[in-house]
Amino acid sequence: MRHYLMSFLIGVLFGLGLVISMMVNPQKVLNFLDLAGTFDPSLILVMASALGVTFIGYRLLFQCRKPLWADQFSLPAGEIVDARLIGGSALFGIGWGMTGFCPGPAIAAIAVGNEKVFYFLVSMLVGMAVARWLGRSAGRRAPE
Amino acid sequence: MTEFTPIEALVGGMLIGLSALAAMGLFGRIAGISGILGGLIAPGIGDRLWRFSFLLGLVAAPLGYWAISGEKPSVVMPSPTGLVIIGGLLVGAGTALGSGCTSGHGVCGMARLSRRSLVATLCFMGTGFLTVFILRHGLGVW
Repeated sequence: MRHYLMSFLIGVLFGLGLVISMMVNPQKVLNFLDLAGTFDPSLILVMASALGVTFIGYRLLFQCRKPLWADQFSLPAGEIVDARLIGGSALFGIGWGMTGFCPGPAIAAIAVGNEKVFYFLVSMLVGMAVARWLGRSAGRRAPE
Repeated sequence: MTEFTPIEALVGGMLIGLSALAAMGLFGRIAGISGILGGLIAPGIGDRLWRFSFLLGLVAAPLGYWAISGEKPSVVMPSPTGLVIIGGLLVGAGTALGSGCTSGHGVCGMARLSRRSLVATLCFMGTGFLTVFILRHGLGVW
C-alpha cells in the first residue's frame, strides 16, 4: 500500500514541476513554439533542467543492479529508428503545436482548466486507443 | 503573451527530473506520461494501480499548489475547440505510434542517450515549431 502512496507522491512531484514551470499552461508552450512571434524560451530551460537532473541521476541509479521495489529496470528495448517512431512523433508534434498540450500537462490541468482541456483529453484517449488497436491489428506489438 | 521565467523553469524542470529519478530508482520505470496512460487503457498491460496512482498525483498537484499558495494555475488555450479536438487526436495517436512524448522521449529517453528518443524529440519539436508557424503566421488562426 505504501508503494502506491509513493507512486502518487511521485506523480504529485511531477505535477508540481509542471505547475511551477507553467508547462501546464498551453499559452506558455505555444509561445515557446512560436519562434517567429511571441517567443518565450522558458520550455527549453525546463527541458534542459529536467534532462540534466535525470541524466546524472540515471547514471548513478543504473550502477545498482535493480530498483528498490521492483525486480528489474523496465527499459525500452531496441534502438531501431523506424517509420512509426518518426511518423508518430511528427504527428504528435503537430497536435502539440495545434493545442499547446502534451499528455502530462493535459492530465495535470483537468482540475484547474476549462472545458477545452476535457475535449483535448477525450480526443487524446480516442487517438491513443485507435492507434494502439490499429498497431495490434497490424500484428505488431503495441507500444508500452 | 508570456514572459521568460528562467527561475521557475529551472526549478520546475528539476522537480520533473527528480520525479523521473524516483520513478526509476524505486519502481524501475520511465516517467513517460503517454506510456503510463497508454498502459492504463490498453488491455493486458498490468500495473494499473501504479499507473493510476501516479496520474492521480499529477491531477492532485495543481489543486495542492492552489490550496497552499492561493494561486490558481493558469491554463489558457487560445486554440479554437475544433483544433483542440483534432490536436488531441493527433497527440494521442502520435504518442502511441511514436512510443513516447515530451517526458518519455524528451526527458527520460534522452537522459539514457537513446537514439530513438533523440530522433523522436527532434521530430516532434520540428513539427511543433512548423505547426505553430503555419497556424499563427500563415493562417492567422490565433
